[in-house]
Amino acid sequence: MRLTDHTLASALAALEAGETTSVALTEAFLDGIARLNPRLNAFITVTGEQALEAAKASDARRAAGKAGPLEGAPIAIKDLFCTAGVQTTAGSAILRGFIPPYESTVSGNLLRDGAVFLGKVNLDEFAMGSSNTTSAYGPVENPWSRANDPDTRLVPGGSSGGSAAAVAARLALGATATDTGGSIRQPAAFCGIAGIKPTYGRCSRFGIVAFASSLDQAGPVARTVEDCAILLKSMAGFDPKDATSADVPVPDFRAACAKPVEGLRIGVPKEYRLDGMAPEIEALWRQGLDWLAQQGATLVDISLPHTKYALPTYYIVAPAEASSNLARYDGVRFGLRETVPGSDLRDLYERTRAKGFGAEVRRRIMIGTYVLSAGYYDAYYLKAQKVRALIRRDFEEAWGKVDAIVTPATPTAAFGMDERQDDPVTMYLNDVFTVTANLAGLPGLAVPAGLDAQGLPLGLQVIGKPFDEEMCFTVGAAIERAAGFNAVPRMRA
Amino acid sequence: MSLDAATVKRIASLARIRLEEAEVARMQAEINGILGWIEQLREVDTDGVEPMAGGAPTGQPAMRMREDVVTDGGQADAVLANAPDRQGAYFCVPKVVE
Repeated sequence: MRLTDHTLASALAALEAGETTSVALTEAFLDGIARLNPRLNAFITVTGEQALEAAKASDARRAAGKAGPLEGAPIAIKDLFCTAGVQTTAGSAILRGFIPPYESTVSGNLLRDGAVFLGKVNLDEFAMGSSNTTSAYGPVENPWSRANDPDTRLVPGGSSGGSAAAVAARLALGATATDTGGSIRQPAAFCGIAGIKPTYGRCSRFGIVAFASSLDQAGPVARTVEDCAILLKSMAGFDPKDATSADVPVPDFRAACAKPVEGLRIGVPKEYRLDGMAPEIEALWRQGLDWLAQQGATLVDISLPHTKYALPTYYIVAPAEASSNLARYDGVRFGLRETVPGSDLRDLYERTRAKGFGAEVRRRIMIGTYVLSAGYYDAYYLKAQKVRALIRRDFEEAWGKVDAIVTPATPTAAFGMDERQDDPVTMYLNDVFTVTANLAGLPGLAVPAGLDAQGLPLGLQVIGKPFDEEMCFTVGAAIERAAGFNAVPRMRA
Repeated sequence: MSLDAATVKRIASLARIRLEEAEVARMQAEINGILGWIEQLREVDTDGVEPMAGGAPTGQPAMRMREDVVTDGGQADAVLANAPDRQGAYFCVPKVVE
């Protein structure tokens, strides 16, 4: 077995058994990154020397009997998490060269538990996108390709495209990611790996570059559901530095992966059956539900009547919050500054932001500014907040009848890098199945469940009640076991 | 509702994003495309619905209050470390007052 083929769970077991070392694992992943990253562009920054130093220190801790829960495991960090002393770009030119003087709470929790950071992975600019083509550091390529068309380069999904591509290509055991409308679950599905967006408030947002604060949540992507459970346990927890961090206990997510689904009630929302949905997605959904029924779960038809309004609601709320959050990039305190001779302060702001933000980010700031502007606030923003309340209520009513909801993760498999780039709204439709969980604050897990006719991975999503990630892990692991998903991408270390 | 070119320029000005004359038409078309799609929210009956502020799921407080005390500070060099232009303990900007 090659070291890079380890799952996080098997790598931790091998480390514990003394069969390998953190240094050996780290070297194997760094070697894979050196070979494949020039093509995949999954990493923006590789911190090879620091990783090897950290691995040595980790091996010493383990030898001294002081191993943490993630001791020695090499992972990647989405370049949206501030890492002390290491460039953090958010995929934007406006933050090129920004060196945070502090560590995000989530990445700090992972360091506390012994993880080794290989580097910072690519993303859509400010996490705005579903294809990882909006990064100022170049697009990320999906390590998978179509069997009948291997030369067409595919997107890894977004915004956590670097995280998902790196894990799928065996360039890390797992990665941190964030999800505002589907940015963990859609790329996980496109790359044939697992990922969970936890309940809003489960992971601290402190030190994560903000996009839309009422929707942003951090979570892991990894090769298996169990690996996600291990990572989330370390990432999660109450943090006084985030006023929206939930002060609730963090359960043993890993134990939940082994629980039976017998007797559970699985909701099947009729509104998720879209007109013109790919037949393969429909068939995969049916198959996933059948697997759960065969293991003793009960399928329950439910209705989430406001589902069709979720994306338009999101495209008011998220840009509004983004326009406010991104006001801080002013060319004065950090990041890019752009002036011409004779520029006054206002000209400095306007030139800096025009040059530093890419087209999608500028577009969303414009939309957000408009919907919050005097005279339009009630018609757009307030209306969206009310529809959001109705979307949340739909789920509350469903929880009276079911324990979890199972849906497709995405409406299609991964698409080509030059496809769907012309019309913003077409790109936005990628998140049609995932965005509801962000609006309602609920946990959602993506699990690879099958392949399409071209050999590309397809995923299913499990949505749970607030703070019931354990249910997502139980149901997701049951689907994973039944699917026996063992396909691998063409490009891998 | 469709935005005219003057409104697009006004929004860009509010957002402090320089918009070249040649970029206005394209931005206008894209924004109008998105706003046209968003219009469908008008058909939802939201009478008497309390707007959802914040992202917390049902049963959780939207935001926690903390003691109003100083918890951090005295780190001027760290705060200024990424400044594009600084002098001593100050951020520098073009002259604002004559």
